[in-house]
Amino acid sequence: MPSLKDLKNRIESVKSTRKITKAMQMVAAAKLRRAQEAAEQSRPYTERFNAVMSGLAASVGGSDSAPKLLSGTGNDQVHLLVLMTSERGLCGGFNTNITKLARAHAKDLIAAGKEVKILTVGKKGRDQIKRELGKHLIGHVDLTEVKRVGYADAQGIAKDILGRFDAGEFDVATIFYAQFVNVVTQIPTAQQVIPAKFDDSNADGASALFDYEPSEEAILADLLPRGVATQVFAALLENGASEQGARMSAMDNATRNAGEMIDKLTIEFNRSRQAVITNELIEIISGAEAL
Amino acid sequence: MADTMQFDLVSPERRLASLQVTAVQIPGADGDMTAMADHAPTITTLRPGVLSVEGPDGTAEYVVTGGFAEISARGVSVLAERAMAKADVTQGDIDALVADAEAALAHARDTAGAETGPVDDAAKLLADMVAVGGALGLANR
Repeated sequence: MPSLKDLKNRIESVKSTRKITKAMQMVAAAKLRRAQEAAEQSRPYTERFNAVMSGLAASVGGSDSAPKLLSGTGNDQVHLLVLMTSERGLCGGFNTNITKLARAHAKDLIAAGKEVKILTVGKKGRDQIKRELGKHLIGHVDLTEVKRVGYADAQGIAKDILGRFDAGEFDVATIFYAQFVNVVTQIPTAQQVIPAKFDDSNADGASALFDYEPSEEAILADLLPRGVATQVFAALLENGASEQGARMSAMDNATRNAGEMIDKLTIEFNRSRQAVITNELIEIISGAEAL
Repeated sequence: MADTMQFDLVSPERRLASLQVTAVQIPGADGDMTAMADHAPTITTLRPGVLSVEGPDGTAEYVVTGGFAEISARGVSVLAERAMAKADVTQGDIDALVADAEAALAHARDTAGAETGPVDDAAKLLADMVAVGGALGLANR
């Protein structure tokens, strides 16, 4: 049976924990709003870009001269998995879910006899995947110092990926991130970026009618690397919003749990205080009777 | 009153402009071109340069680097990797861009070996950046 003093300390400590989780929840809510805004702002660019790219890809893609970034190396032996996670924890199952998806994917590939290489963005994912698939890790991009993800960060990551592709280090690249649906739902997603895949449904029907300056091939060769950066950027933004959303709901849960715990401890505290009082009374009364 | 068309300038981070304009002067990879309403549908890549937009309310100028412009029946969309209103561009921005281009050139020289293509491209990029600085009346160190 803990003493009254112990219980009191316990309640105090849970109370301050609740204060912290409450504050974190509110900070996450504010950051989520900003992250969502950033994602919103980038949407027009991404949408136009993809529409033009799919039009171009549809008209050039069939020919033999299509760039490698679009047609692939003609091989799918070596896979690069880009695992995008957060730099900070305390965001529920966010990082675990993305890592789980990537790990399952990697295991399937290994079982199929393919070679797997993993590039991590965000240290939480690296820590989680290192345990089982550590020997497949080939690199890590650190964004700890980055307060607000900008396009330049995405360009840096894309440059890294493209450099490895040009050096023939892999044939297929897939990025893993969490798609933001709402505060309680974030869907871990795998998206293939090399060779580029475009959704034909949003292709510009009239793309064949465009004049191209310089040639279609030249434009495609110029735009494909930018396409990788655009996709990475979009994924980073989605991930940012998902991370804050996940943290918000995790902290909301933690706050509620702390509240319940305080209630329980308070009841226990009151009971034991009552017991102490009753005890003292009994001692006084029996002392008086003995006289 | 000349015909107007829809003009959008977007960068990955935000939408800089969306308005009705009469003419847009685009720094295309193969040379500057001006698009007015009912221009033939065209897609062109951009070189670093100054994009100038003539609208009913006067002229606006933007500095753009990298990306492409799409001229269609709906209007002109310019998708630039980096875009800034000309008035907001500082000496520091130009210096950073020129420094980037110089680094890219040095890198191309190191890695390209016998191939001259990448080196020429990087040299052209650097020249374009310097030209942008010149066009803005900012010194190039």
